[in-house]
Amino acid sequence: MLVAGVDVGSTQTKAVIMNEDRQVLGKGLVPTGARLNEAGQAAFEQALEGAGASESQVGFVVGTGYGRYRVEFGDAQVTEISCHARGAVFLFPGTRTVLDIGGQDTKAIKVGADGEVIDFNMNDKCAAGTGRFLGAASEALEVPLPELGALALSGKNPVKMTTTCTVFAESEILGWLAKGRRVEDVVAGVHRAIASRSVSLLRRVGIEPEVTFTGGVSNNEAMVELISELVGMPVNVSSETHHCGALGAALFALDQVLTGAIPERQTV
Amino acid sequence: MTTPTKHERRIVIRPPLPLAGTTRDENRKLIREWWDELNAAGEEGRPVANVFVMGSMAEILRTFDMPIAFPEMTSLQTAVRGRSLEYITTAEDAGYSPDICGYVKADIGVHLQGGDHPMGHLPEPSLVVATNLCNTYIKWAEIWERMYSCPVFVFDIPGWRGSGFETKRGSGTFRDDVRYVEAQVRELIALTEEVTGKRFDIDRFRENLASVNELSRLFREVLELNQHRPAPFNALTEGINLMGIVNAYRGSPKGTRFLEIAKAEFTERAERGVGAVPDERFRLLLVGTACYSNFRDFAGLFEDWQGVFPHSDYMSFAGGALDRGVHYDLDRPIESMAEQMVLTTQEAMGGMFWGQDWLTEVVREWSIDGIVFHGVKSCRTVSTGLPDEREWLLRRRDIPGLFIQSDLVDPRLWSAAQLKNRIDAFFESLESRRAAGARR
Repeated sequence: MLVAGVDVGSTQTKAVIMNEDRQVLGKGLVPTGARLNEAGQAAFEQALEGAGASESQVGFVVGTGYGRYRVEFGDAQVTEISCHARGAVFLFPGTRTVLDIGGQDTKAIKVGADGEVIDFNMNDKCAAGTGRFLGAASEALEVPLPELGALALSGKNPVKMTTTCTVFAESEILGWLAKGRRVEDVVAGVHRAIASRSVSLLRRVGIEPEVTFTGGVSNNEAMVELISELVGMPVNVSSETHHCGALGAALFALDQVLTGAIPERQTV
Repeated sequence: MTTPTKHERRIVIRPPLPLAGTTRDENRKLIREWWDELNAAGEEGRPVANVFVMGSMAEILRTFDMPIAFPEMTSLQTAVRGRSLEYITTAEDAGYSPDICGYVKADIGVHLQGGDHPMGHLPEPSLVVATNLCNTYIKWAEIWERMYSCPVFVFDIPGWRGSGFETKRGSGTFRDDVRYVEAQVRELIALTEEVTGKRFDIDRFRENLASVNELSRLFREVLELNQHRPAPFNALTEGINLMGIVNAYRGSPKGTRFLEIAKAEFTERAERGVGAVPDERFRLLLVGTACYSNFRDFAGLFEDWQGVFPHSDYMSFAGGALDRGVHYDLDRPIESMAEQMVLTTQEAMGGMFWGQDWLTEVVREWSIDGIVFHGVKSCRTVSTGLPDEREWLLRRRDIPGLFIQSDLVDPRLWSAAQLKNRIDAFFESLESRRAAGARR
């Protein structure tokens, strides 16, 4: 029997198909958009295709992320805080601290050896210091999002951003450009501002090694370098950390299968 | 570990207990009477006092038969009835900043609309009594002073001198503090005589004090009933009914009668094992207030997980410190009143910033699984230390806590998805903690 985890985040939807040996067989990634169930379905189908499996082989689906209740084919829901914790410890068993920078949420999570959440801290109601801030910088500077990290690493004199407000970011970025600062230095400053705010959240839960960095922003090499520098130790990242929430959801789904606690399939 | 949805909320049908609903019914009756009295006083031009829940001086004002309006309560009522935003925006249109207390703006909005309130007509105050317990109280009182040219009396009650300061009854410092406050109590009595044209009756004052002694005893007994498992009442929801009455009827036999009714109903529930929340699974302590503009949703986020609040620090702070045990010495009533004001103020202010010992005690005595710290966006005074308190209790006492934020009465500061996410994650972590404990 296979299981699935579907993470409907504010900007991207991720899915993972896993077998009973905890091997990831397929992954899916699509933009979330306005139709949450459709995004979940599309990511799920992409993951099924990657796994070479059909929907009928999947015995249990756990939804996570802000859109978890809109995954109409899901059997149960778990918050992404628990899912990122579980996924991070699965990927890096020595993990005791997790940083997840997502589209509109940044989460600092303290975890136990089994991936259980001991404590967590999140950004305030606004999207200050989240992935969305990078999105705003990308738009203001007309630099594609995937290229921001490399550009930031080439900035030798980062500007000092005085705001991490996503709304005001654009005007501040334009202000620095108007003063003649180089684009890469502005981008480096943006990265430093987000990293600093994220590490501040980590400090509130207590930074214990190992630190695992998850979520879409963990693909950004400049952010990985900065977070490592600020926490004073290398942080764990891998090609799987972007899907960590979906991975954790799949592990919760597998718990249901392995303990035989599969309830009658229901529509939420 | 999976999160419940609203669709999965269960409705438990059980035969009603003989006393079911008696507290709610009495609450409704008394709140209606309280409003009727305010309306009648306004219509007849009788003097009305505006006061606050901490340091209301109801014991004195009631001696003069003066109806008392509590703006914190009337603002709360605008929110529960879904009209606070209308009043808040009225106040903001008049220039009040989005950053200031939602209670203040909801109240000022009512006054700017000529006293039109969902429960009746809020009369103009003839006297305002405030204390320095909350800096906003003083500025709020000044607004009414400008609006209505009414006298404002602000009690200056000495607080703790620093983090190492202790209130020691009988010490020279305590005696000095009491003398200072006693002089102010006498000044207020003289001012109230002037406003009402009535003489102060010390015997009636004694009766009021005796009634508060009884009220305090009953309030403590009612709170202690929630040490039962399952908790017979929810301090988050039903607690508000208790708070409303102990404030509006402080010093009145109607207040003590109400608590006797509540005690009987909650005792019946406790004896029959009927909990406020069906199939109670988690016991929580609330630090801060609820969000009244989204009151049902706020409570539902916890009830979805079968979480109940057997206690809250709000029951203490906004209950006029009755839970700490108010006991007036009727042989020296004015001095005793001053003494209690110093004690309760110092407890309340100290508790706000150094509340960890009291919280730890409640966690132990009320068998609490976790603490929910609810920060109020429009009140930094009561919200500032909450994240630190939460972390301290987790690290030093291993008491799990959740920090969330919204507001008292401003629905614009309510973010449903984010609140739900944090609350669900907190319950998931409590479940993990429970499972880990079972494995050990």
